[in-house]
Amino acid sequence: MNTREVMNTNEISRAITRVAHEVLERNKGANDLVIVGIRTRGVYLAERLSAKIKEIEGIDVPVGIIDITLYRDDVKSGLSRHVVKKTEIPFSITDKKVILVDDVLYTGRSIRAAIDGLMDFGRPANIQLAVLIDRGHRELPIMADFAGKNIPTSYHESVKVMLKEEDEMDKVTVNSKQ
Amino acid sequence: MINKLKSKDLLGIKDLSPEEILLILDTAESLKEISTRDIKKVPALRGKTIINLFYEPSTRTRTSFEIAGKRLSADVVNISVSSSSVAKGETLKDTAKNLEAMNPDAVVIRHSSSGAPYFIAKILECSVINAGDGAHEHPTQALLDLLTIKERKKELKGLKVSIIGDITHSRVARSNIYAMKKMGMDVTVAGPSTLIPVDIKKMGVKVFTDLSKAIEGADVIIMLRIQLERQERGLFPSIREYSRLFGLNVEKLKNAKEDVMIMHPGPINRGVEISADVADGPYSLILDQVTNGVAVRMAILHLLTGGV
Repeated sequence: MNTREVMNTNEISRAITRVAHEVLERNKGANDLVIVGIRTRGVYLAERLSAKIKEIEGIDVPVGIIDITLYRDDVKSGLSRHVVKKTEIPFSITDKKVILVDDVLYTGRSIRAAIDGLMDFGRPANIQLAVLIDRGHRELPIMADFAGKNIPTSYHESVKVMLKEEDEMDKVTVNSKQ
Repeated sequence: MINKLKSKDLLGIKDLSPEEILLILDTAESLKEISTRDIKKVPALRGKTIINLFYEPSTRTRTSFEIAGKRLSADVVNISVSSSSVAKGETLKDTAKNLEAMNPDAVVIRHSSSGAPYFIAKILECSVINAGDGAHEHPTQALLDLLTIKERKKELKGLKVSIIGDITHSRVARSNIYAMKKMGMDVTVAGPSTLIPVDIKKMGVKVFTDLSKAIEGADVIIMLRIQLERQERGLFPSIREYSRLFGLNVEKLKNAKEDVMIMHPGPINRGVEISADVADGPYSLILDQVTNGVAVRMAILHLLTGGV
């Protein structure tokens, strides 16, 4: 297997800083913002984004967690077998601007599932998507509003995001089987 | 960590491994939140059909399975025997085969004969879930009891549990003893000696015929419903005597631990096995058990019929 590193810890940190500024600029500040991270690594990125916004703007933006297992479309095909984890959105999202956070945007199917899940919790003013990596190959009409890095990839490759909170280090790699 | 159950069916706790029990409890803890939403429904089992086939009366278990299925978007059909072809003499096997011809994904069965769920599980390709069979097992009750205890105590291992009442005829007791021993808990049973099986010690439990000894030092006390029809068969002299010796009241609780949990699978006979002030008191988790019943049954339905 061929592995190349595409982001290191500093680059990940800078990308989150830039995304935080872009979120604040687009939304004219942090009022009415909430952040929801998709399990597992989207949650850590969501927490980092919230901390960065606090640093810049001095406002605490609440962070929720969504588990999309119950909304997935790849379960019946046997593609995945996930253990259901808790969804924790301890605040109302109605009339809020929701920043949905995930690590890698690929087919868009996870995002579709997450949006369906969010809608069961209320009627947000809007939902914006922030991802660390956009690797292309969409299968649904979904795009990122904020992306840490665009990485063109082939179908044969996989993108692996490692974050300290889960993997003991910050790193993004592209792995190819060739 | 495992991510699925080995069998297509849930027939008894005896067949489950400790890892499988933990998977069910963890899944139930995750699914519990859905019941607190404004929109209490997720699409996980959309297009799945679940049949509740109840040969014995039930309020809690049947409703709980029905709500659990509906919260996961499954279609749930209830069959109660009094209004079905069973009343016309159809055999269990024929009923099961006919129901299967309508392509359900799971059949939830309660039956007065021990082993009835095993019997139809062998015939049917769909999942079969035991909702109580005779004096044999009631696995979802034991799982919801474990969930209720785990929520409060975090760790199950090493906890002391006392189960009080008619142990011989109780499928709740049997399933709980299997489950609790698998999870490394310390189980004591107590009741009139006529209502305790002779070889119960083989299941690894302590036996008392004195209530006060059984509740001393217990972290959890599970009171079983005394089935009033048993008295007619002479298994204990009178309801009043039973209540005096084995009924739980505030006075008898004085010897119990300060943070003791009181549970009861329901329906309760107020003033017989449990006094009203205990059933409604601060130590009682009887209604938490009912809430957790929905979460545990959602977990079972999801693990057995969702995905793969």
